[in-house]
Amino acid sequence: MLCDICKEKEATVHLTQMVEGKTKKIDLCESCSKAKGVDDPAGFSLADLLLGLGASQEMEEADTANTKCPQCGFSQADFKKTGRLGCPECYEHFEEGVEGLLKTMHKGTRHTGKAPAVWQQTKDYVDQMHELQTLLDKAIAKEDYEKAAELRDKIANLKTEYAAAAKTP
Amino acid sequence: MNIHEILSSPAAAAEREGPSNKIVWSSRVRLARNLANTPFPGWAKKSVRVETFKHIRDNVLQVESMKESFDTGMDKLTTLDKQILVERHFISREHAAKNTGSGLVLSQDESISVMINEEDHLRMQALLPGLQISNAWTAIDQFDTQLEHGLDFAYSKKRGYLTACPTNLGTGIRVSAMLHLPGLVLSEQVNQIIQAVNKLGLAVRGLYGEGTEALGNVFQVSNQMTLGETESDIVERLNKVLLQIVDHEENARVKLMESKPKMVYNHIGRAYGILANAHSISSKETMNLLSLLRLGMDMELFAGTSQALINELIIITQPAHLQKANDGKLSAEKRDLLRADLLRERLKGVDRPVVPDTKTLEDSQNQAESE
Repeated sequence: MLCDICKEKEATVHLTQMVEGKTKKIDLCESCSKAKGVDDPAGFSLADLLLGLGASQEMEEADTANTKCPQCGFSQADFKKTGRLGCPECYEHFEEGVEGLLKTMHKGTRHTGKAPAVWQQTKDYVDQMHELQTLLDKAIAKEDYEKAAELRDKIANLKTEYAAAAKTP
Repeated sequence: MNIHEILSSPAAAAEREGPSNKIVWSSRVRLARNLANTPFPGWAKKSVRVETFKHIRDNVLQVESMKESFDTGMDKLTTLDKQILVERHFISREHAAKNTGSGLVLSQDESISVMINEEDHLRMQALLPGLQISNAWTAIDQFDTQLEHGLDFAYSKKRGYLTACPTNLGTGIRVSAMLHLPGLVLSEQVNQIIQAVNKLGLAVRGLYGEGTEALGNVFQVSNQMTLGETESDIVERLNKVLLQIVDHEENARVKLMESKPKMVYNHIGRAYGILANAHSISSKETMNLLSLLRLGMDMELFAGTSQALINELIIITQPAHLQKANDGKLSAEKRDLLRADLLRERLKGVDRPVVPDTKTLEDSQNQAESE
């Protein structure tokens, strides 16, 4: 078995860490394990090791391996080198690779915390608009013009409300 | 610009107090944020970094609590000034290496600092004395919300706040506390604690964060996972763990005094002896010995001396603070001499540790051993 980091020397240090029921495993040669401070319990965490390693493997397997982020020109090779992404858009572009990577390092892969207030407003607005628009399409298809007029008014109201809300900080 | 005119004096900084601050020296919550449609600092061209820096700085200065703040570009600071900011925990070591296109905004009370164009466009932190991570979270949460008015943050419904490194994705939150654990170190229990804490998905690091050693029995405990949990869940979980570690440390100190009082007094007495009498001493040795002196103070062996003195000594004996106070760059050898001079001078007013009657101690130790 070869070392996960240098992929040259024989792996002699085998680490397994249970984090909240999930097993994370890594195999290292002696020099890489020393370099990463594995022998020092205070300075070592498996998540740091897994980054850019299990990470790059995930990314290699994904289809996006050879393409660059259309927004910023960042490539998968750059990620392998730095362990960082190029721009916010990269998360969309390297989606497939990122998903697997996030599984190894986080509790979940979906955000459940704080959202910017503006974004929260926009999200509610978009959701409501979508719903009303679908109802309107249905009403028109059924030639229920009374209902359609009602829905059109609702949509107009929502638009004015949203525009007003967006102006006040 | 003299950074000492802007920062509070080490003596004033050392006076700050908070709950449980015998063991928890400070609490910190930092958030990572980036601007939408802008490359991350590590990938952006210099011209883009310079522009985003100005844009972010102007917006940060708009926030009410930042009106009287100190702000600077990293290129405007000397290496020594940057190092002082690191020693005060206002910037990371990584940020100290930055120049044009990166900067810092520090609130007047020094509780909020914003690093601009570190690894992410914004790294903002609330730093409070003692165990108050919930207060730190509230402070930085409000600050973040205020920044939203002028800054368009990179955010996706699925992944949350988008960060340069996937390890910070989602909430972008890092909650940490600095713990002084001499009891657990002396009773050789600290590795067990570190392993238990690691199993909970939390990281334990040294005094200056990632990759630094645990000097002076000071450990930094922080969350590692930032995605899939809410900020308050993370804060609460860490709070619980911290309270438990505080309990363990208190117990370890009590047990040590029951079973090995001589060993503890020996460490503290020797630490005092060296610090008060040395003529050359490294910053590493100083930190380790000051930790023991602080333990002695917690145990009330140094009547009439306040813990603020030790806190201040910890600040002013660090390399950059020492050099700044002595007008510039000094060799390590020269620093060791000046550090020893400073310690002897400042510890003049501190009497030798007064320990209870040794005879009874021996008896209690013998008794403990025979049990």
